[in-house]
Amino acid sequence: MTLMARELKASYAFVERNFHLTKRYWGWEVAWLVYSVAGALAISLIGRSEGSNRLLLVLVIGAIFWNFLSLVFEFIAETVQWERWEGTLEYTLMAPVRRYAQLLGSAVYAIVYGLIHTAVVLGVLALFFQLDLSHANFATVLTFIGLGSMSFIGIGIAAAVLPLMYVERGAQMVFVIQSVLLLVSGVYYPITVLPGWMQVIAHVSPATYVIDGVRRGVIEGTPISQLVGDIWPLVLMGIILIPLGMWTFGRAERYAKRTGKLKRVG
Amino acid sequence: MTTVIEQQQTAAPVPMRTAAAETTVRRRQLDDAFPAVVAEHVTKRFIVGRKRKSVLAVSDVSLRIRRGEIYGVLGANGSGKSTLIRLMSTLLTLDAGRVEVFGHDIVREEMAVKQVINRVSVDAAFFKKLSPHENLIYAARLYGLDARVARAEAIRILARLGIGEKRLGRPLEQMSRGMQQKVAIARALLTSPALLLLDEPTTGLDPRSKLDVQAFIEELRDTHDSTIVLTTHDLDEAERLCDRIAVLNDGAVVVEDTPEGLKAMVAERHGAAPTMESVFMTFTGRSLDDDTNADESDSDDD
Ligand SMILES: Nc1ncnc2c1ncn2[C@@H]1O[C@H](COP(=O)(O)OP(=O)(O)OP(=O)(O)O)[C@@H](O)[C@H]1O
Ligand SMILES: [Mg+2]
Repeated sequence: MTLMARELKASYAFVERNFHLTKRYWGWEVAWLVYSVAGALAISLIGRSEGSNRLLLVLVIGAIFWNFLSLVFEFIAETVQWERWEGTLEYTLMAPVRRYAQLLGSAVYAIVYGLIHTAVVLGVLALFFQLDLSHANFATVLTFIGLGSMSFIGIGIAAAVLPLMYVERGAQMVFVIQSVLLLVSGVYYPITVLPGWMQVIAHVSPATYVIDGVRRGVIEGTPISQLVGDIWPLVLMGIILIPLGMWTFGRAERYAKRTGKLKRVG
Repeated sequence: MTTVIEQQQTAAPVPMRTAAAETTVRRRQLDDAFPAVVAEHVTKRFIVGRKRKSVLAVSDVSLRIRRGEIYGVLGANGSGKSTLIRLMSTLLTLDAGRVEVFGHDIVREEMAVKQVINRVSVDAAFFKKLSPHENLIYAARLYGLDARVARAEAIRILARLGIGEKRLGRPLEQMSRGMQQKVAIARALLTSPALLLLDEPTTGLDPRSKLDVQAFIEELRDTHDSTIVLTTHDLDEAERLCDRIAVLNDGAVVVEDTPEGLKAMVAERHGAAPTMESVFMTFTGRSLDDDTNADESDSDDD
C-alpha cells in the first residue's frame, strides 16, 4: 500500500465515522434543519414585508449561503471539541494518522454535509416564496461555494485549536468568530452601510466575496468570467488560510501535549 | 511504516518464577538485547492551578522493558503511572530524557512508534452513540487495516471476552462499563500492537469480568508477541500477570523487580509479610527512610 493510499484510507476513516455519527444523531439533524429553515425564513420574510422581490432574494441568498459557510466552519472548528466531549480525543491523536489526512477527511465530510443541508433549506425556501431561479447561473454559485469552502476550512482548522488550548471556554470563542464574520461580511446588507473601519475588515472576510458572488450568480445570472474581482481574493485566501490553519493546529497540538491539555483524568 | 523485526533467541528459557507461581511461568523467552521500551531519565512536569504551581508527575524515570514481558507499574493515586503511559504513547511530550519503543525514538519517529503501540485507558474512550462495530471499524481504518478482516477479528476477540456478535450493532452507551472496557481491549488488540499499554484495564469491572480480562491478558502473553505495560491498583492482578513490577512514588521509580523478588525483599529487609500488599505499603509510604536504609543494606549479601 502506497503512502498516499494509506493516508486517503485514514481520511476516509473520518468521513465514515462522521457519517455514522450523523446517522446516530439523526433526531438532532432534523432539529438542526428545522432551526436553519426557520431562521432563513424569518429573515427572508423581512423582504416580503417590504414588498421588494429583490430584497427578498438578497436575504434568502444571504441566509442560505451564510448557513452553508457556517456549517462547514462549525463542523471543522468543533471536531476537537466534539472528540473531547466523547472522550475519544486521545485515541484519535494517538493513531498513526497525519493531521492533514484527518483534517482532509473532516473537510470533505463537512462540505458534503453542508451541501445536502443547504440544498434542503434552499428547496424549502424556493417552494415557500415561489422563487424563480430560472436565470440563475449555477456554475457561478458552485464555484463560489467551492472556493469559499476552502477559506472557511482554513479558518475552521485554526479555530478548532481554541478548545485544545482553552479547555473550558474554547468552544464559545468559535461562536464569537462566527458572529464577527456575520457582522462584517454583508450577509444581509451591503457592506457600504458599515463604518469605514468595518469595511476594511469586510474586505478580508472570505464570506464577503462568497455571498456577493453567489448573489450575482443567482439574481443576475452573471457568469464566472465577469466575477474575477470576487474570485481572486478567495483563491488567495484559500491558499493562505489552509496552510495557516494547519500550521496553527500543529502548534496547538504540541502545546497541548506539552501542558497536558488533551486530557488529565485516568 | 515499520515492521518490528522479531528477534529469535536460541538460549534456553530462563526460569523466572518459583514453583509456587508455576501457573505464570513464561512460555516464551524474554529478549534483553532488543528491549521493547527503553526510557532514560524521563521527566514530566505540569503547571497547575491559578498559582501556576509546578507538579513533578514523572521524575527521572529510567526503564528497560523486555520484549514479550508484562511489565507492571504500581503506585498510589497521583504517583505518575498514567503520565508515564501517556508519555510512551506520544500523548504528552517529554520535558527531559528520551524514550525508545522498539528502537524508535518517540519524538523523532513518532509515526513509526504510533504504528506499533496501542493504549487502553481507564475510561473506555468511544463514540458512545456509535455501535462497537462502528467504533472498531473507525479504529481499523485509522491503523490502515482492512475493514472486513478487522470485523472478523473483532468478532473473534469479543467472543473470547464473552460478548456476542449480536451486541456489536447497538450503541455502545447501552453497554455496561465492563463490556465497554472489553470492547476497548478488543479495539486495541485489533491493531496487533507490539507494545500494548494498559492503564488500569480492570478498574471498575466486576469480579467475573476482571477474571475474563486477566485470563485474556495471560493468553495474549502466551500466544501473541505483545509486550504489555500494565498499571493497576489490584495487587493480586499485578502479581498474577506481571513478569516484573516497578513501583512509582511521587513520579520516581523506587523499586523494580519480579513479584517474587519484591516480596522477598520486603520480607528480608523490612521484616514485613511477603505479600504484594506489604510491597506496596513499604514502597509507597510517605517515609522514605526505610528505602534509604534498604539501599544501604543492599550491599551486605547473605
Ligand atoms: N494533564 C495534566 N495536567 C496537570 N496535572 C496533571 C496532568 N496529568 C497528571 N497530572 C498530575 O500529575 C500527577 C501524576 O498523575 P497521574 O495521573 O500520572 O497519576 P496516576 O499514578 O495515574 O494516578 P491514579 O492512580 O489516580 O490513576 C498528579 O499530581 C496529577 O495531578
Ligand atoms: Mg492513572
